[in-house]
Amino acid sequence: MTTPSQTVGPFFALGMPCPDGVPDGVWLRGRVLDGAGDPVPDALVESWQADPPAFSRGATDDAGHWAVRVPPPQRYVDLSVFARGLLRRVVTRLYLPGVPDDEVLAGLDPARRATLVATAMPDGYALDIHLQGPHETVFFAV
Amino acid sequence: MESDPPLAWPPYRSTALRAPTLPPVPLPPGRTELTGPVFGEGDVRPTDADLTRQHAGDPLGERIVVHGRVVDTDGRPVSHTLVEVWQTNAAGRYRHAVDRHPAPLDPNFTGAGRCLTDAGGRYRFVTIRPGAYPWKNSPNAWRPAHIHFSLFGRAFVQRLVTQMYFPGDPLLPHDAIANSVPQAARDRLVAALDLDASVPEWALAYRFDLVLRATPFEEPR
Ligand SMILES: [Fe+2]
Repeated sequence: MTTPSQTVGPFFALGMPCPDGVPDGVWLRGRVLDGAGDPVPDALVESWQADPPAFSRGATDDAGHWAVRVPPPQRYVDLSVFARGLLRRVVTRLYLPGVPDDEVLAGLDPARRATLVATAMPDGYALDIHLQGPHETVFFAV
Repeated sequence: MESDPPLAWPPYRSTALRAPTLPPVPLPPGRTELTGPVFGEGDVRPTDADLTRQHAGDPLGERIVVHGRVVDTDGRPVSHTLVEVWQTNAAGRYRHAVDRHPAPLDPNFTGAGRCLTDAGGRYRFVTIRPGAYPWKNSPNAWRPAHIHFSLFGRAFVQRLVTQMYFPGDPLLPHDAIANSVPQAARDRLVAALDLDASVPEWALAYRFDLVLRATPFEEPR
């Protein structure tokens, strides 16, 4: 039996410092929003990509904004979202716009698919994470 | 995982607007999920594992050793993986701007540590026993003393963030967060007093072993 998960609580910044990120990287950013559409100011978003291997994480600010700076991803990055009020992490993906659908995207109906596809920005990509609500992000069971 | 709490857990009020409501979409683990960040000696300093030696003086409180082993559900040790911890000081106060609990800060205690597990999956911290603190979840709700743990494992799918509690804590049965865990798995979060690992005349020890899920990941030969 695995050790059960517990929430990160509101004080995770003490023990889970955010790295600076790669200087020449691209920014992945967005907001974390709750079921009322309000920003979640105490969430942590971690990104992981295999090619090239790169880990980063960014905590949300008072407006719910997170940002990580990573090497340009191939097609997607995996995201873990932690927060006060989340008893375990939730997992999603940020897909770059314009990449051909893989099995995962192709298996979703269009409205849900859209929750995973980022918008191109001058310095990277943006994607909001909706924990609940009419635009609830697709979360994965891994 | 059957031992994990549900996302929606009404006794913990903050889950109400934050727990996703739609069923999760199955994602067969691929290369991204079966790999994970690798941390090394450059990511930790020796003083990071001794939370009592990060300032000029000794922190107040009861000095303790917290140690254990990290294994997967197949019993294989999870070696050289990063363990991050954070906690309150002895008075129940976090060194964090958002913590408004009117208990004193300790100038000699930050409350954050990190280390790598050894080849056998073992880790060891020296710290002080954290305090209980009130939170606004319900009237007169106090969190039992706990240490937050963050572990990476070898693969993305093994990532775990949890909390370690102390044996015999009378607040534990009243805690909405600990109680979110299915009853059968709840004692997995409670450390054991470990007199054999204590340092005589200096510090008691608690043992807290952690089990991550197994993965199809193969050890390089
Ligand atoms: Fe806490």
